[in-house]
Amino acid sequence: MKELICIVCPKGCHLKVDEENGFSVTGNGCPRGAEYGHKELTNPTRVITSTVRLEGASLCRLPVKTSADIPKKDIFQAMALLDGVTAHAPVKTGDVIVPNILGLGVDFIATKTITG
Amino acid sequence: MIYDVIVVGGGPAGLAAALEARKTGAQKVLILERNSELGGILNQCIHNGFGLHYFKEELTGPEYAGRFIEELSHTDIEVIDGAMVLDISPNRVIHAMSKTRGYLQLQAKAIVLAMGCRERTRGAIAIPGTRPAGVFTAGAAQLYMNIEGYRVGNRVLILGSGDIGLIMARRMTLEGAKVLGCVELMPYSNGLNRNIVQCLEDYNIPLYLSHTITEIRGDKRVEQAVVSRVDENRRPIPGTEIVFDCDTILLSVGLIPENELSRQAGIEIDNRTRGPVVWENMETSLPGVFASGNVVHVHDLVDFVTAESQRAGRGAAEFALHSDKENGDSEFFRIENGEAVNYTVPQKVRPDHVGKFVEIFFRTNNVYRDREIRITSGGEMLASFKREHMAPGEMEKIVFPKALFSKIKNGAVTVSVVEAGKKEQK
Ligand SMILES: Cc1cc2nc3c(=O)[nH]c(=O)nc-3n(C[C@H](O)[C@H](O)[C@H](O)COP(=O)(O)OP(=O)(O)OC[C@H]3O[C@@H](n4cnc5c(N)ncnc54)[C@H](O)[C@@H]3O)c2cc1C
Ligand code: SF4
Repeated sequence: MKELICIVCPKGCHLKVDEENGFSVTGNGCPRGAEYGHKELTNPTRVITSTVRLEGASLCRLPVKTSADIPKKDIFQAMALLDGVTAHAPVKTGDVIVPNILGLGVDFIATKTITG
Repeated sequence: MIYDVIVVGGGPAGLAAALEARKTGAQKVLILERNSELGGILNQCIHNGFGLHYFKEELTGPEYAGRFIEELSHTDIEVIDGAMVLDISPNRVIHAMSKTRGYLQLQAKAIVLAMGCRERTRGAIAIPGTRPAGVFTAGAAQLYMNIEGYRVGNRVLILGSGDIGLIMARRMTLEGAKVLGCVELMPYSNGLNRNIVQCLEDYNIPLYLSHTITEIRGDKRVEQAVVSRVDENRRPIPGTEIVFDCDTILLSVGLIPENELSRQAGIEIDNRTRGPVVWENMETSLPGVFASGNVVHVHDLVDFVTAESQRAGRGAAEFALHSDKENGDSEFFRIENGEAVNYTVPQKVRPDHVGKFVEIFFRTNNVYRDREIRITSGGEMLASFKREHMAPGEMEKIVFPKALFSKIKNGAVTVSVVEAGKKEQK
């Protein structure tokens, strides 16, 4: 039995995961917690957020995130991909800034709409 | 020009209040925001974790604000940005200074205060030692990094384990800095559990509970910080010093609701929340002036800010639409703090303003397991709610049904947190 804190939402439920019984989860406030408990012990993943340089607007940084969670072990390699990137306004929330990170089928996308 | 509702502050609280006021029927609604863009603190909170309750999906701060800014753009709600509100008079005239329009004097039928909060600074906590560069509040560091794109430091120590500090520990690590640790005076963290897991544990950043910084050393820039363990009275224990070589110290030692305007206007302030005392519809002690979001009490979940602000917006619109009607002195009851409860919002309730129930928000004074939240009046228990885990960093919400109001004695109920199953003492 392993005790975990669910990080899927800010409620932070205290989960108990039974590794011997198919990673069954108790203590979760919603179904997403069960999914998290299972995944965290088998293949932990995270969504990464950061910023890239922005040109053509009064603001100079554009916030971005990974369009889906990526394996924890790939976090720093993914971050390195953002180093030389420059986005250009106008940008819309959801626009792809870096496609197919590390061949994972996940993109870095804009998280803010900036018109100019 | 007379506005039905003027909202002071364009963060998530102000956005939700304005939208809801308009939906409730207020015709002329205006938002005054001192920054050049709407969204408030969410613009610098680029991490994800917003909106799971409200939108049922996990958004970043800018995305969460963006949803409301987008909705606002399809309405006739007016926005004046770059406008700093300086004064609010009891007859609801707002004085503001606008970058583009100069000095403004605006009459409102109802007002919503949504100014958010600010960070406690080093001055507020007094650390001995020199005063070199390199000491920032965590929120200021977040602004420099996420909005202005500066790298704040290379070897970082964080004082305080509030959410902003935890979020910045991860953020600086991802940007290549070495975060040496997070130092917390209390034996528990005030940050959300999920942030301790995904911001510290994920990156092997140690959390020093019951520790504090006892000295900052350095000439021009921070060079070292001395950390000591503290006893149960929070006094440093000699001989427990650890010296860290660092160039940057971030302070994440709490937030204070921004209430200069409210105080100036003579609004009653609760010295526990440091925000206005509010009624069930978020009206303050000044009739027609409402308040919501971090200006009322510090929230850790923006979803709750939105819900609370919708209530304020609705209340403000109703007040504006019926301002001709005398409100009269309606019956009310107070909500008092019992065992282990630090404060409640609202503090007072008028039953004839309540639909089916009133939601009560509060924080506990310590970390607890297996507790029961009780609402009592005159020694009688009216309602109880079980909780497996409670902590000061996690705001609690309970729902008090109107059907039970008839049992209230002496115009007051008490909210307390006791061991589950404990007998009521008469
Ligand atoms: C670092 C950090 C991390 C957080 N992380 C999360 C999270 O992961 N998940 C989550 O759900 N919540 C999180 N929160 C909480 C949430 O973001 C806040 O509770 C919420 O933003 C508060 O909204 P607000 O509108 O009350 O205040 P603010 O966002 O601070 O907005 C107040 C606005 O009022 C304006 N203003 C102030 N005074 C005046 C004046 N005199 N005249 C004109 N305008 C004025 C300000 O410029 C500002 O735009 C976090 C908060 C912080 C600080
Ligand atoms: S189990 Fe559900 S409610 Fe609990 S923290 Fe996880 S996502 Fe949130």
